[in-house]
Amino acid sequence: MLSFDKPAINMKDLSKSFGEHSILKNLNFEIPKNKIVTILGFSGAGKSTLLKHMLGLLTPTSGSISVLGQNLEELEEDELRHFRQNFGMLFQYAALFDSLSTYENVAFPLREFTKLTEEEIFLRVQDLLTSVGLEESSYYKLPSELSGGMRKRVGLARALALNPRIMLYDEPTTGLDPITTKMVNDLIVSMAEKNKDRGMTSVIISHDVKASLSISDFIAFLDRGSIVEYLPASEFAKSENELVKRFINL
Amino acid sequence: MENVKKRNFLLARIERLGASIIEAVEGLGRISHFAGRVFYWMFKRPYRTKLLINQLYFVGNKSIFICCLAGSFTGMVMAYQTYFGFKIINVDSLVGPVVALTLAKELAPVLAGLIVAGRAGAAMAAQIGTMKVTEQVDALEVMGISSIQYLAVPRVIATTIALPMLTGLYLFVGNAGSVLVGTKALMIDEAIYLNKLGEFMFMADIWQGLIKATVFGFVISLVATYFGFQVRSGAEGVGKGTNLAVVWGMISVLVLDYFLTSFLVHIL
Repeated sequence: MLSFDKPAINMKDLSKSFGEHSILKNLNFEIPKNKIVTILGFSGAGKSTLLKHMLGLLTPTSGSISVLGQNLEELEEDELRHFRQNFGMLFQYAALFDSLSTYENVAFPLREFTKLTEEEIFLRVQDLLTSVGLEESSYYKLPSELSGGMRKRVGLARALALNPRIMLYDEPTTGLDPITTKMVNDLIVSMAEKNKDRGMTSVIISHDVKASLSISDFIAFLDRGSIVEYLPASEFAKSENELVKRFINL
Repeated sequence: MENVKKRNFLLARIERLGASIIEAVEGLGRISHFAGRVFYWMFKRPYRTKLLINQLYFVGNKSIFICCLAGSFTGMVMAYQTYFGFKIINVDSLVGPVVALTLAKELAPVLAGLIVAGRAGAAMAAQIGTMKVTEQVDALEVMGISSIQYLAVPRVIATTIALPMLTGLYLFVGNAGSVLVGTKALMIDEAIYLNKLGEFMFMADIWQGLIKATVFGFVISLVATYFGFQVRSGAEGVGKGTNLAVVWGMISVLVLDYFLTSFLVHIL
């Protein structure tokens, strides 16, 4: 299994069970800083559970998980909430607040967690929305008035608002057409590049092998709660693992 | 053979009953835990005043018309019914206080509670449920914002404040309807009507209704937000959650009314 110096996320013997149902099994998994890492796997493999552990939304049954050198289990509830500001997350369907406009959605974390003035917030929101390719005409539209691709862009701008050190993408291209899929993948890469000097790490949960191979630095394959393969993206396609081969050739 | 069948049938019934009891107790435990979380977050900063005002407007202001409508007709119908019953035993001058007392102690808090449970409770469960299935609740949590503090606390505080006010309004409008019907349609002397009202109606009676309404407001909103957060999957889940919120909100009002009455009659 790959090992890194001072990884962004470090899981040691991580297991999670719900009752008698074991979801994650003795996971030893390190995610390096400043890289794009994709976790592939079939539905029900435990990808979402793994993501929730990274965010501290679930606690392991046994083992531990450290994020940016901090063992999440050592944090009190309030500290953990504060610690989550290190994360940005793009949800599968963007999860925009449907009662707020595009502008308000992106301004939301800035109003919650910073002391910026309204003028400064406007400039920051404008900067974020421009960086994801949205024009001013869509600032005051509600999420219901936006296309799937535009919603993803707004979700990404909102996730990046507080300059997260770890960016999580939960199946970012599921349900999108090929052109929008390419646009989202390009955005993931460009955001990673743009925030490289801050050491931003990107973790992607995905089913999309082709896109993963082209945008990731490393790819892990999760099967029934265990990481069965973890390789640099350039070597992943040549994996000898039968399951990975089957998944790639699907 | 027949006996074995009967015994198995009986055992299955007992098993099912046991399972239902366990489920009910577990449900009560979960909602108590949820209430504890709501209390915990209620007193923690940041206090979300803007959200509270929005909810006060939604639960309170937007329920004014329907409460006035229901209140006035309740008072008018009560006046008619009481009058024809009391006329037989020649105490029709007591129509005013009887209607007023019934409204103050029972009808105003209970009916306003049922209206709020149906109108605002359903909306609360549907809003939170929809946010749950579209991952908006997860988005709040990922940002480090407590979804209970952001979504449940303002709704619970707003309903707890608004329902006693709506009850007061219901009581006022109900009495106005009763006075109107009593003095103009049933021709009870206005002076006697109002005099009797002052003679038999005390502040303690009004307090009884307002205390009940405060408790109802808290419970209705707690039940509604709880079922909103319990929504698991899609539109069907939201529908089911909304339905449960309204049904259990209304049942809670009726059951609590009995216990509160039996308690309050001794202290007020």
